[in-house]
Amino acid sequence: MYSFDMTSEQKMLVETVRRFAEKNLRTVYREAEESKHVPQAVVQMGWEIGLLPGAIDAQFGGYGEYSALTSALYLEELAWGDLGITLHLLTPNLFALPVAQFGNDKQKEQYLAQFCDEKFPKATAALVEPVIQFDPAELKTTAVKEGDTFVINGKKTYVPLAKDAELFLVYADEGGVTQAYIVPGNTPGIKLGKRVKLMGMQAVEMYEVEFDNVVVPKGNRLGGLKGIRIQKMLTLSRITLAALAVGQARAAYDYAVNYAKNRVAFGEPIAHRQSIAFMLANMRIELEGTRLMVWEAAYKFDTGEDATKAAVLAKLYADKMVLEVTDGAVQVLGGHGYIREHPVELWLRNGRGFATLDGNVIG
Amino acid sequence: MSIEFKLPEAIEKQVRGVQIVAENAMRPDSRRLDDNEHERPTRYVAMMLPQMQEMERANINAAKARAAAKQQTALAQKTNGHGGVAVMDAPPAEAPKQSTANLLLVSIIEMLSWGDAGIYLCIPGGGLGGAAIQAVGTAEQVERFLTRYTHGGPKWGAMAMTEPQAGSDTGNIQTTATFDAATNEWVLNGQKIFCTSGKLALEESDGLVVVWATVDKKAGRSGMKPFVVEAGTPGVIIAKVEEKLGIRASDTAAIIFDNARIPADNVLGDAEVKTGEATKGFKGAMKTFDTTRPIVAASAIGIGRAALEFTRDMLAKEGVRMEYGKPRWKLTSVQADLLDMEAQLRAAWLLTLKATALLDAREENKLESSMAKAKAGRAVSLVTQKAVELLGPLGYSTEFLVEKWMRDAKINDIYEGTGQINTLIVAREILGYTRNELK
Repeated sequence: MYSFDMTSEQKMLVETVRRFAEKNLRTVYREAEESKHVPQAVVQMGWEIGLLPGAIDAQFGGYGEYSALTSALYLEELAWGDLGITLHLLTPNLFALPVAQFGNDKQKEQYLAQFCDEKFPKATAALVEPVIQFDPAELKTTAVKEGDTFVINGKKTYVPLAKDAELFLVYADEGGVTQAYIVPGNTPGIKLGKRVKLMGMQAVEMYEVEFDNVVVPKGNRLGGLKGIRIQKMLTLSRITLAALAVGQARAAYDYAVNYAKNRVAFGEPIAHRQSIAFMLANMRIELEGTRLMVWEAAYKFDTGEDATKAAVLAKLYADKMVLEVTDGAVQVLGGHGYIREHPVELWLRNGRGFATLDGNVIG
Repeated sequence: MSIEFKLPEAIEKQVRGVQIVAENAMRPDSRRLDDNEHERPTRYVAMMLPQMQEMERANINAAKARAAAKQQTALAQKTNGHGGVAVMDAPPAEAPKQSTANLLLVSIIEMLSWGDAGIYLCIPGGGLGGAAIQAVGTAEQVERFLTRYTHGGPKWGAMAMTEPQAGSDTGNIQTTATFDAATNEWVLNGQKIFCTSGKLALEESDGLVVVWATVDKKAGRSGMKPFVVEAGTPGVIIAKVEEKLGIRASDTAAIIFDNARIPADNVLGDAEVKTGEATKGFKGAMKTFDTTRPIVAASAIGIGRAALEFTRDMLAKEGVRMEYGKPRWKLTSVQADLLDMEAQLRAAWLLTLKATALLDAREENKLESSMAKAKAGRAVSLVTQKAVELLGPLGYSTEFLVEKWMRDAKINDIYEGTGQINTLIVAREILGYTRNELK
């Protein structure tokens, strides 16, 4: 059937995350963006919701089962709250979810338990490289097998929370195929570079990291001999990033609707004019359409169908939509939209980012 | 309940059957019926008839079941009120099974329009007139008017709303209905235009047209009522059949009502003119649109899919393939266009399915049906225009059907509410505005 109603568990989860986003993200988002720092208390509160353990099997210490659809639902709510803080909060996912998806039993047993703990785990992933033409399926970073080890060499960027990371999941090219390697943070040869300054989502600390002859045991290759399937991972990445885009766009849309109903010009609210009202209507239409595309791709992923095409289309569409909607929100607010007193300028900066982000599994 | 994106197998099977009709009784006739504007798609009509008659039977049975359930509820409430005894002991009314009637309908129409959108519109059955009768008519009226579509030769139904001076401004219609107490009849006077299948319904079969007329011009919108005018009614004249940009296989009629007399109980719903806030008549018309807009959206998407598939296949022969999963800097602009076309159609289709799911659940879907219609009309216009462009000199030539699909597609951004009217409805809904606050 085609049906669009969440399960009661999903509704409860969405409600919880929405309340958290409203109470804990919306209250600090500007301070976090300007100071380029996420308050520790927010991180701890966010972690305590238990989103990640909810996506990990009981066998490995969690209490749930991964569902891309459920992820899409909560990601929208978090991104509605604040994108930068969300990326910080979900950084451990970048390590844990690929391990849960592609790891062998030994790796799952060894690593997943710490992600079901009370403490925010210090783990991250290094995928993106500092190039214009980035393709996760054709990385410049290499992993070469030498005896019982892999030797990793290459430069990475956009590595969130790299400074204190105790575990890295490093993606590298191994004979023309992208694979992932578990690299403990204290391994010799990991060189922390400068903090990356981005156009938006500045609350999350991201770093350049160089891997200079970093050696790991061959057992650290994710998935063992079988390895990972990069295309499947990219599919999941596209679904989850598109879900964040929907949340970011919804924030901008909600704000613009509210502003347009209250801002008076020429003696009446500006929303009384078709030029404004039609912009808002089109924002809503595109927002809803994108959300359904994200849900469809997630549903297909969860039911084991090939979700590649649906995910590609959803991400592509979401990238455009989020830029249009956040830009529209700035436009609706006019001069006030350009001022940092209102959040829409930040959301436009965030919105521009999605088309450049690809590859990581965020939720 | 849970979120699901899966077409039920039974519907999928029926859609595959419709595809055979599309390939064999539509596509081969597409060009000929576009060139010969007022010719009828007889092959298609004959093939569709049995299935449409079956569907009309189901519609009548569903309306009867709903009426019976309603009566039972009313009776239970009455018992409760009189006796003061709770009816908790009474057996609970059986929970209505989730209907898939509208899902089936939009799925079929998407496929028929993939075949040919002009030919599709000549589908035998109640059409928009039938939809109006089902939306606002009583169970008795549904049975009386729609039974004709369940047997015998092909018959058509139509709806007449638009007038020369009243297009999107439907509240401004001037056709009058005056009640003649002496004969217990309504007398209709006025002129309607742009009535899809009007000639098929009134002149070429024993069909009917649902005509919107005002019983009291002073009452404004609340004076508007839908009247059923059957074929053969004296004083009903087909004045003209339009010549159009596209969907040329479909007839678009102008109808004159010159003292056309119809029985008193041919008014759908309640005849009493409500004044003030109760604008029941007008709301009836608008409620019909909530059910028909997803259908138009589905038709739009069918044309769009035809254009996309054809363009993709032709380009593939030239070595240009659709690529999923490459980063965008590795795509050519043609590949990026193809992906964008597909995404546009998918967004529109999912919006349509959501509006349809609400309809099947008998829930309010005004916002969703207008979103689907606005999006689909715009998307299919862009997609078909792009298809002509991507196929170059041959795309623009009548060698292929894409130029026709582009002409056909445009109607979907116009009828059942233009893109602008539907955007206006969406805007009012999301802002919580009345028509006076947002004009």
